[in-house]
Amino acid sequence: MIPSTFEYHRPDDLAAVIALLQEHGDEARVVAGGHSLIPMMKLRMADPAHLIDLQGLSDLKGIEIGDVIRIGAMTTQAEIIDHDGLAEAAPIMAEAARQIADPQVRNLGTVGGNIANGDPGNDMPGLMQCLDARFTLVGPDGTREVAARDFYEAAYVTTREEEEVLTAVSFDRPRGGYAYEKQKRKIGDYATAAAAVQIVAEGGRVSAASVAMTNLSDVPVFSAAAGAALEGTACGEEAVQAAVAAMLGDIDPMEDNRGPVEFKKHVAGVILARAIVRAWSRA
Amino acid sequence: MSDKMHLKLTVNGEAHETLAEPRELLIHVLREQLGITGPHIGCETSHCGACTVDMGGKSVKACTVFAAQAQGAEITTVEGLGAPDGLHVLQEMFREHHGLQCGFCTPGMITRAWRLLQDNPSPTEEEVRFGMSGNLCRCTGYQNIVKAILAAADQMNAMKEAAE
Repeated sequence: MIPSTFEYHRPDDLAAVIALLQEHGDEARVVAGGHSLIPMMKLRMADPAHLIDLQGLSDLKGIEIGDVIRIGAMTTQAEIIDHDGLAEAAPIMAEAARQIADPQVRNLGTVGGNIANGDPGNDMPGLMQCLDARFTLVGPDGTREVAARDFYEAAYVTTREEEEVLTAVSFDRPRGGYAYEKQKRKIGDYATAAAAVQIVAEGGRVSAASVAMTNLSDVPVFSAAAGAALEGTACGEEAVQAAVAAMLGDIDPMEDNRGPVEFKKHVAGVILARAIVRAWSRA
Repeated sequence: MSDKMHLKLTVNGEAHETLAEPRELLIHVLREQLGITGPHIGCETSHCGACTVDMGGKSVKACTVFAAQAQGAEITTVEGLGAPDGLHVLQEMFREHHGLQCGFCTPGMITRAWRLLQDNPSPTEEEVRFGMSGNLCRCTGYQNIVKAILAAADQMNAMKEAAE
Protein backbone atom coordinates (compact mmCIF):
# COMPACT_ATOMS: atom_id res chain seq x y z
CA MET A 1 0.00 0.00 0.00
CA ILE A 2 2.85 2.40 -0.78
CA PRO A 3 2.06 5.03 -3.43
CA SER A 4 4.46 6.12 -6.15
CA THR A 5 6.83 8.93 -5.30
CA PHE A 6 5.67 12.47 -5.79
CA GLU A 7 6.80 15.99 -5.09
CA TYR A 8 4.67 17.67 -2.45
CA HIS A 9 3.51 21.29 -2.70
CA ARG A 10 1.58 23.30 -0.14
CA PRO A 11 0.91 26.70 -1.70
CA ASP A 12 -0.95 29.36 0.27
CA ASP A 13 -2.95 31.02 -2.48
CA LEU A 14 -4.96 30.03 -5.51
CA ALA A 15 -2.69 31.80 -8.00
CA ALA A 16 0.19 29.60 -6.87
CA VAL A 17 -1.99 26.47 -7.24
CA ILE A 18 -2.92 27.41 -10.79
CA ALA A 19 0.68 28.23 -11.66
CA LEU A 20 1.70 24.75 -10.47
CA LEU A 21 -1.11 23.17 -12.49
CA GLN A 22 0.03 25.10 -15.57
CA GLU A 23 3.63 24.07 -15.02
CA HIS A 24 3.00 20.37 -14.47
CA GLY A 25 -0.18 19.70 -16.48
CA ASP A 26 -1.54 16.19 -16.14
CA GLU A 27 1.41 15.20 -13.93
CA ALA A 28 -0.16 17.21 -11.10
CA ARG A 29 -3.22 16.63 -8.93
CA VAL A 30 -4.69 18.80 -6.22
CA VAL A 31 -5.52 17.10 -2.92
CA ALA A 32 -8.21 18.36 -0.55
CA GLY A 33 -8.98 15.87 2.25
CA GLY A 34 -7.39 13.08 0.25
CA HIS A 35 -9.93 10.44 1.18
CA SER A 36 -10.66 9.53 -2.44
CA LEU A 37 -7.25 10.34 -3.94
CA ILE A 38 -4.97 8.73 -1.34
CA PRO A 39 -6.70 5.31 -1.57
CA MET A 40 -6.37 5.52 -5.37
CA MET A 41 -2.69 6.46 -5.05
CA LYS A 42 -2.09 3.52 -2.69
CA LEU A 43 -3.58 1.21 -5.31
CA ARG A 44 -1.52 3.07 -7.93
CA MET A 45 -4.66 3.79 -9.90
CA ALA A 46 -3.41 7.38 -9.58
CA ASP A 47 0.28 8.31 -9.57
CA PRO A 48 0.66 12.07 -9.84
CA ALA A 49 4.27 13.25 -9.92
CA HIS A 50 3.18 16.45 -8.18
CA LEU A 51 0.68 16.61 -5.35
CA ILE A 52 -0.69 20.08 -4.62
CA ASP A 53 -2.18 20.25 -1.14
CA LEU A 54 -4.97 22.82 -0.79
CA GLN A 55 -5.01 22.85 3.04
CA GLY A 56 -3.16 26.20 3.15
CA LEU A 57 -5.95 27.99 1.23
CA SER A 58 -8.22 29.16 4.03
CA ASP A 59 -10.37 31.11 1.53
CA LEU A 60 -11.72 27.81 0.22
CA LYS A 61 -13.34 26.96 3.55
CA GLY A 62 -16.62 28.22 4.89
CA ILE A 63 -20.38 28.29 4.45
CA GLU A 64 -22.35 31.43 3.52
CA ILE A 65 -26.10 31.40 4.08
CA GLY A 66 -28.39 33.77 2.20
CA ASP A 67 -30.97 33.40 -0.57
CA VAL A 68 -28.06 31.67 -2.23
CA ILE A 69 -26.04 29.18 -0.20
CA ARG A 70 -22.35 29.05 -0.99
CA ILE A 71 -20.04 26.34 0.35
CA GLY A 72 -16.28 26.55 -0.05
CA ALA A 73 -14.75 23.50 -1.68
CA MET A 74 -12.47 22.73 1.29
CA THR A 75 -15.39 22.58 3.74
CA THR A 76 -15.41 19.13 5.31
CA GLN A 77 -18.39 16.81 5.60
CA ALA A 78 -18.09 17.16 9.40
CA GLU A 79 -18.40 20.96 9.06
CA ILE A 80 -21.52 20.46 6.93
CA ILE A 81 -23.06 18.32 9.68
CA ASP A 82 -22.16 20.76 12.47
CA HIS A 83 -23.30 24.01 10.82
CA ASP A 84 -26.48 25.33 12.47
CA GLY A 85 -27.30 27.87 9.76
CA LEU A 86 -27.03 25.24 7.05
CA ALA A 87 -29.14 22.80 9.08
CA GLU A 88 -31.93 25.38 8.96
CA ALA A 89 -31.45 26.63 5.40
CA ALA A 90 -30.73 23.34 3.61
CA PRO A 91 -31.18 20.40 5.98
CA ILE A 92 -30.75 17.89 3.16
CA MET A 93 -27.01 18.70 3.19
CA ALA A 94 -26.43 17.36 6.71
CA GLU A 95 -28.83 14.46 6.17
CA ALA A 96 -26.70 13.36 3.21
CA ALA A 97 -23.34 14.11 4.84
CA ARG A 98 -24.22 11.96 7.87
CA GLN A 99 -24.55 9.02 5.48
CA ILE A 100 -21.11 9.53 3.90
CA ALA A 101 -18.30 7.30 5.20
CA ASP A 102 -17.61 7.55 8.96
CA PRO A 103 -16.65 10.26 11.50
CA GLN A 104 -12.89 10.13 10.91
CA VAL A 105 -13.27 10.25 7.13
CA ARG A 106 -15.80 13.10 7.37
CA ASN A 107 -13.30 15.10 9.43
CA LEU A 108 -10.98 15.29 6.42
CA GLY A 109 -13.18 14.49 3.41
CA THR A 110 -14.40 17.66 1.72
CA VAL A 111 -17.44 18.73 -0.25
CA GLY A 112 -15.23 19.88 -3.12
CA GLY A 113 -13.29 16.65 -3.28
CA ASN A 114 -16.46 14.61 -3.24
CA ILE A 115 -17.86 16.69 -6.10
CA ALA A 116 -14.79 17.18 -8.30
CA ASN A 117 -13.55 13.58 -8.06
CA GLY A 118 -16.26 12.39 -10.45
CA ASP A 119 -16.70 8.99 -8.82
CA PRO A 120 -20.29 7.84 -9.42
CA GLY A 121 -20.26 6.43 -5.87
CA ASN A 122 -19.83 9.84 -4.24
CA ASP A 123 -23.02 11.22 -2.70
CA MET A 124 -22.61 14.99 -3.13
CA PRO A 125 -22.78 14.92 -6.95
CA GLY A 126 -26.27 13.40 -6.88
CA LEU A 127 -27.39 15.81 -4.21
CA MET A 128 -26.04 18.72 -6.29
CA GLN A 129 -28.18 17.53 -9.23
CA CYS A 130 -31.26 17.64 -7.01
CA LEU A 131 -30.43 21.16 -5.77
CA ASP A 132 -29.55 22.42 -9.29
CA ALA A 133 -26.23 23.68 -7.90
CA ARG A 134 -23.56 25.69 -9.70
CA PHE A 135 -19.88 24.89 -9.40
CA THR A 136 -17.27 27.67 -9.39
CA LEU A 137 -14.10 26.80 -11.30
CA VAL A 138 -11.02 29.01 -11.29
CA GLY A 139 -8.29 28.61 -13.90
CA PRO A 140 -5.64 30.58 -15.77
CA ASP A 141 -8.34 32.37 -17.78
CA GLY A 142 -10.37 33.42 -14.75
CA THR A 143 -13.51 32.20 -13.04
CA ARG A 144 -16.47 30.40 -14.56
CA GLU A 145 -19.59 28.71 -13.26
CA VAL A 146 -20.83 25.35 -14.50
CA ALA A 147 -24.23 23.87 -13.73
CA ALA A 148 -23.95 20.66 -11.72
CA ARG A 149 -26.27 19.07 -14.26
CA ASP A 150 -23.70 19.80 -17.03
CA PHE A 151 -20.57 18.91 -15.07
CA TYR A 152 -20.38 15.10 -15.19
CA GLU A 153 -19.52 13.41 -18.49
CA ALA A 154 -18.50 9.88 -17.46
CA ALA A 155 -16.97 8.15 -14.45
CA TYR A 156 -14.10 10.39 -13.28
CA VAL A 157 -14.56 12.63 -16.32
CA THR A 158 -15.95 16.11 -15.77
CA THR A 159 -15.97 19.39 -17.66
CA ARG A 160 -13.30 20.77 -15.32
CA GLU A 161 -10.14 21.55 -17.29
CA GLU A 162 -6.82 20.18 -16.04
CA GLU A 163 -5.62 23.63 -15.00
CA GLU A 164 -8.81 24.55 -13.17
CA VAL A 165 -9.67 24.19 -9.48
CA LEU A 166 -13.17 23.77 -8.07
CA THR A 167 -13.37 26.48 -5.42
CA ALA A 168 -17.02 26.53 -4.31
CA VAL A 169 -20.52 25.23 -4.89
CA SER A 170 -23.62 27.37 -4.65
CA PHE A 171 -27.35 26.78 -4.90
CA ASP A 172 -30.57 28.64 -4.21
CA ARG A 173 -31.95 28.03 -0.73
CA PRO A 174 -34.06 24.90 -1.24
CA ARG A 175 -37.80 25.04 -0.58
CA GLY A 176 -40.20 22.49 0.87
CA GLY A 177 -39.60 18.99 2.20
CA TYR A 178 -36.42 17.03 1.66
CA ALA A 179 -34.88 13.59 2.00
CA TYR A 180 -31.57 11.93 1.25
CA GLU A 181 -32.10 8.17 1.44
CA LYS A 182 -29.23 5.74 0.98
CA GLN A 183 -28.95 1.97 0.94
CA LYS A 184 -25.44 0.69 1.66
CA ARG A 185 -24.01 -2.63 2.75
CA LYS A 186 -22.12 -1.23 5.72
CA ILE A 187 -20.87 2.02 7.26
CA GLY A 188 -18.35 3.57 4.92
CA ASP A 189 -19.67 1.87 1.81
CA TYR A 190 -20.81 3.61 -1.31
CA ALA A 191 -24.51 3.47 -2.06
CA THR A 192 -26.12 0.44 -3.64
CA ALA A 193 -28.68 3.12 -4.44
CA ALA A 194 -29.35 6.57 -3.03
CA ALA A 195 -31.95 9.24 -3.76
CA ALA A 196 -32.07 12.99 -3.17
CA VAL A 197 -35.55 14.52 -3.19
CA GLN A 198 -36.93 18.03 -2.61
CA ILE A 199 -40.71 18.55 -2.77
CA VAL A 200 -42.70 21.78 -2.52
CA ALA A 201 -46.36 21.44 -1.44
CA GLU A 202 -49.11 23.94 -2.18
CA GLY A 203 -52.72 23.34 -1.21
CA GLY A 204 -52.11 19.63 -0.56
CA ARG A 205 -50.51 19.07 -3.95
CA VAL A 206 -46.96 18.90 -5.22
CA SER A 207 -46.12 22.20 -6.91
CA ALA A 208 -42.48 21.37 -7.59
CA ALA A 209 -40.31 18.27 -7.17
CA SER A 210 -36.67 17.52 -7.84
CA VAL A 211 -35.30 13.96 -7.92
CA ALA A 212 -31.71 12.73 -8.34
CA MET A 213 -30.03 9.34 -7.89
CA THR A 214 -26.53 8.25 -6.83
CA ASN A 215 -24.39 5.32 -8.04
CA LEU A 216 -26.90 4.02 -10.56
CA SER A 217 -25.09 5.12 -13.72
CA ASP A 218 -21.56 6.22 -14.56
CA VAL A 219 -22.66 9.77 -13.69
CA PRO A 220 -25.11 11.12 -11.11
CA VAL A 221 -28.63 11.07 -12.50
CA PHE A 222 -31.05 13.99 -12.41
CA SER A 223 -34.46 12.55 -13.26
CA ALA A 224 -36.64 15.37 -14.56
CA ALA A 225 -39.25 12.76 -15.49
CA ALA A 226 -39.52 11.49 -11.91
CA GLY A 227 -40.07 15.03 -10.64
CA ALA A 228 -42.65 15.70 -13.33
CA ALA A 229 -44.53 12.51 -12.36
CA LEU A 230 -45.07 13.93 -8.88
CA GLU A 231 -46.02 17.48 -9.83
CA GLY A 232 -49.73 18.26 -9.59
CA THR A 233 -50.47 15.09 -7.62
CA ALA A 234 -51.31 14.64 -3.93
CA CYS A 235 -48.20 12.44 -3.71
CA GLY A 236 -50.16 9.25 -3.08
CA GLU A 237 -49.01 5.69 -3.75
CA GLU A 238 -49.86 5.89 -7.45
CA ALA A 239 -47.85 9.07 -7.96
CA VAL A 240 -44.89 7.61 -6.05
CA GLN A 241 -44.92 4.51 -8.25
CA ALA A 242 -45.18 6.67 -11.39
CA ALA A 243 -42.11 8.61 -10.24
CA VAL A 244 -40.24 5.36 -9.55
CA ALA A 245 -41.12 4.06 -13.03
CA ALA A 246 -39.94 7.32 -14.58
CA MET A 247 -36.68 7.22 -12.59
CA LEU A 248 -36.01 3.62 -13.69
CA GLY A 249 -36.04 4.89 -17.26
CA ASP A 250 -33.25 7.34 -16.47
CA ILE A 251 -30.76 5.11 -14.62
CA ASP A 252 -28.31 2.64 -16.11
CA PRO A 253 -26.78 0.57 -13.28
CA MET A 254 -24.00 -1.94 -13.85
CA GLU A 255 -23.54 -5.29 -12.17
CA ASP A 256 -20.78 -5.25 -9.54
CA ASN A 257 -20.10 -6.51 -6.02
CA ARG A 258 -23.18 -4.61 -4.81
CA GLY A 259 -25.41 -6.84 -6.93
CA PRO A 260 -26.84 -7.55 -10.36
CA VAL A 261 -28.68 -4.96 -12.44
CA GLU A 262 -32.18 -6.19 -11.55
CA PHE A 263 -31.39 -6.01 -7.83
CA LYS A 264 -30.03 -2.49 -8.14
CA LYS A 265 -33.15 -1.38 -9.99
CA HIS A 266 -35.28 -2.93 -7.28
CA VAL A 267 -33.30 -1.18 -4.52
CA ALA A 268 -33.38 2.11 -6.45
CA GLY A 269 -37.19 1.92 -6.56
CA VAL A 270 -37.52 1.14 -2.86
CA ILE A 271 -35.09 3.90 -1.89
CA LEU A 272 -36.72 6.53 -4.10
CA ALA A 273 -40.19 5.65 -2.80
CA ARG A 274 -38.96 6.04 0.79
CA ALA A 275 -37.27 9.33 -0.03
CA ILE A 276 -40.41 10.73 -1.67
CA VAL A 277 -42.63 9.70 1.25
CA ARG A 278 -40.24 11.28 3.76
CA ALA A 279 -39.77 14.48 1.74
CA TRP A 280 -43.54 14.80 1.32
CA SER A 281 -44.09 14.31 5.06
CA ARG A 282 -41.76 17.29 5.64
CA ALA A 283 -43.15 19.46 2.80
CA MET B 1 12.94 8.00 -4.57
CA SER B 2 11.86 11.55 -4.08
CA ASP B 3 13.64 13.90 -1.72
CA LYS B 4 12.94 13.50 1.95
CA MET B 5 11.18 16.25 3.82
CA HIS B 6 12.18 17.66 7.15
CA LEU B 7 9.06 16.82 9.10
CA LYS B 8 8.08 18.49 12.37
CA LEU B 9 5.28 17.00 14.44
CA THR B 10 4.11 17.46 18.00
CA VAL B 11 3.03 14.08 19.34
CA ASN B 12 1.53 13.78 22.82
CA GLY B 13 2.93 17.20 23.69
CA GLU B 14 6.46 16.34 22.63
CA ALA B 15 8.15 17.95 19.60
CA HIS B 16 9.55 15.48 17.07
CA GLU B 17 11.64 16.06 13.97
CA THR B 18 12.35 13.43 11.37
CA LEU B 19 13.04 12.95 7.70
CA ALA B 20 10.33 11.33 5.61
CA GLU B 21 9.36 10.97 2.00
CA PRO B 22 6.15 12.89 1.29
CA ARG B 23 4.46 9.64 0.22
CA GLU B 24 5.03 7.97 3.57
CA LEU B 25 1.82 7.58 5.53
CA LEU B 26 1.46 9.20 8.93
CA ILE B 27 0.86 5.80 10.56
CA HIS B 28 4.19 4.51 9.23
CA VAL B 29 6.10 7.59 10.42
CA LEU B 30 4.54 7.34 13.89
CA ARG B 31 5.21 3.63 14.29
CA GLU B 32 8.44 3.06 12.43
CA GLN B 33 10.32 6.32 12.87
CA LEU B 34 9.03 7.70 16.15
CA GLY B 35 8.42 4.32 17.79
CA ILE B 36 4.88 5.28 18.77
CA THR B 37 3.18 1.92 18.25
CA GLY B 38 -0.13 2.53 20.05
CA PRO B 39 -1.99 3.28 16.82
CA HIS B 40 -2.20 0.01 14.88
CA ILE B 41 -2.29 -0.85 11.21
CA GLY B 42 -5.41 -2.90 10.56
CA CYS B 43 -6.85 -2.66 7.07
CA GLU B 44 -4.68 0.23 5.86
CA THR B 45 -7.62 1.26 3.65
CA SER B 46 -9.38 3.77 5.95
CA HIS B 47 -12.13 1.33 6.94
CA CYS B 48 -11.20 -0.23 10.28
CA GLY B 49 -10.07 2.71 12.42
CA ALA B 50 -7.29 0.83 14.26
CA CYS B 51 -4.88 3.62 13.21
CA THR B 52 -7.06 6.41 14.62
CA VAL B 53 -5.14 9.34 16.09
CA ASP B 54 -6.18 12.85 17.06
CA MET B 55 -4.79 15.46 14.68
CA GLY B 56 -5.48 19.15 15.24
CA GLY B 57 -8.35 18.32 17.59
CA LYS B 58 -10.06 15.87 15.24
CA SER B 59 -10.08 12.10 14.96
CA VAL B 60 -8.42 10.94 11.74
CA LYS B 61 -7.24 7.67 10.26
CA ALA B 62 -3.45 7.87 10.14
CA CYS B 63 -3.33 5.36 7.25
CA THR B 64 -5.00 7.91 4.97
CA VAL B 65 -2.88 10.96 5.73
CA PHE B 66 0.46 11.51 4.01
CA ALA B 67 3.31 12.46 6.31
CA ALA B 68 3.62 15.65 4.28
CA GLN B 69 0.02 16.64 4.97
CA ALA B 70 0.68 16.30 8.69
CA GLN B 71 3.60 18.76 8.59
CA GLY B 72 3.32 20.98 11.66
CA ALA B 73 0.38 19.08 13.14
CA GLU B 74 -0.39 18.41 16.80
CA ILE B 75 -1.12 14.73 17.28
CA THR B 76 -2.42 12.74 20.21
CA THR B 77 -2.22 8.95 20.30
CA VAL B 78 -3.39 6.48 22.92
CA GLU B 79 0.00 6.88 24.61
CA GLY B 80 -0.92 10.48 25.34
CA LEU B 81 -4.11 9.54 27.18
CA GLY B 82 -2.91 7.14 29.87
CA ALA B 83 -0.02 4.95 30.94
CA PRO B 84 0.20 1.48 32.56
CA ASP B 85 0.62 3.06 36.00
CA GLY B 86 -2.13 5.57 35.47
CA LEU B 87 -4.84 4.45 33.12
CA HIS B 88 -7.26 6.94 31.59
CA VAL B 89 -10.86 6.53 32.74
CA LEU B 90 -11.73 5.20 29.29
CA GLN B 91 -9.05 2.54 29.60
CA GLU B 92 -10.30 1.60 33.07
CA MET B 93 -13.85 1.32 31.78
CA PHE B 94 -12.84 -0.77 28.76
CA ARG B 95 -11.19 -3.16 31.24
CA GLU B 96 -14.08 -3.17 33.67
CA HIS B 97 -16.78 -3.66 31.03
CA HIS B 98 -14.79 -6.11 28.88
CA GLY B 99 -14.72 -3.65 25.97
CA LEU B 100 -12.02 -5.73 24.33
CA GLN B 101 -11.07 -9.31 23.65
CA CYS B 102 -8.03 -9.51 21.38
CA GLY B 103 -7.34 -5.81 21.92
CA PHE B 104 -6.11 -4.99 18.44
CA CYS B 105 -8.76 -2.33 17.78
CA THR B 106 -8.61 -0.92 21.31
CA PRO B 107 -6.06 1.91 20.90
CA GLY B 108 -8.06 3.30 17.98
CA MET B 109 -11.33 2.79 19.85
CA ILE B 110 -10.09 4.63 22.91
CA THR B 111 -8.47 7.48 20.98
CA ARG B 112 -11.68 7.96 19.00
CA ALA B 113 -13.90 7.64 22.11
CA TRP B 114 -11.76 10.23 23.89
CA ARG B 115 -12.37 12.81 21.15
CA LEU B 116 -16.05 11.88 21.02
CA LEU B 117 -16.37 12.64 24.75
CA GLN B 118 -14.43 15.90 24.35
CA ASP B 119 -16.94 16.99 21.69
CA ASN B 120 -20.00 15.56 23.44
CA PRO B 121 -19.45 14.82 27.16
CA SER B 122 -22.89 13.25 27.69
CA PRO B 123 -23.73 11.25 24.58
CA THR B 124 -26.74 8.98 24.21
CA GLU B 125 -26.15 5.34 23.28
CA GLU B 126 -27.19 6.19 19.72
CA GLU B 127 -24.69 9.06 19.58
CA VAL B 128 -21.93 6.75 20.82
CA ARG B 129 -22.75 4.18 18.14
CA PHE B 130 -22.86 6.87 15.42
CA GLY B 131 -19.68 8.52 16.71
CA MET B 132 -17.81 5.20 16.89
CA SER B 133 -18.99 3.94 13.50
CA GLY B 134 -15.55 4.42 11.94
CA ASN B 135 -13.96 1.85 14.25
CA LEU B 136 -14.41 -1.85 13.64
CA CYS B 137 -14.09 -4.59 16.27
CA ARG B 138 -14.24 -8.23 15.20
CA CYS B 139 -14.47 -9.68 18.73
CA THR B 140 -16.85 -7.93 21.07
CA GLY B 141 -19.96 -7.25 19.02
CA TYR B 142 -19.63 -3.63 20.22
CA GLN B 143 -22.08 -3.96 23.13
CA ASN B 144 -19.39 -3.77 25.79
CA ILE B 145 -17.48 -1.05 23.97
CA VAL B 146 -20.59 1.13 24.01
CA LYS B 147 -21.15 0.31 27.69
CA ALA B 148 -17.55 1.21 28.53
CA ILE B 149 -17.76 4.57 26.75
CA LEU B 150 -21.07 5.48 28.41
CA ALA B 151 -19.64 4.50 31.81
CA ALA B 152 -16.52 6.55 31.15
CA ALA B 153 -18.68 9.56 30.20
CA ASP B 154 -20.53 9.28 33.54
CA GLN B 155 -17.29 9.03 35.49
CA MET B 156 -15.61 11.89 33.64
CA ASN B 157 -18.65 14.10 34.22
CA ALA B 158 -18.72 13.18 37.92
CA MET B 159 -15.00 13.96 38.21
CA LYS B 160 -15.55 17.31 36.50
CA GLU B 161 -18.41 18.16 38.87
CA ALA B 162 -16.36 17.15 41.91
CA ALA B 163 -13.54 19.41 40.72
CA GLU B 164 -15.83 22.44 40.40
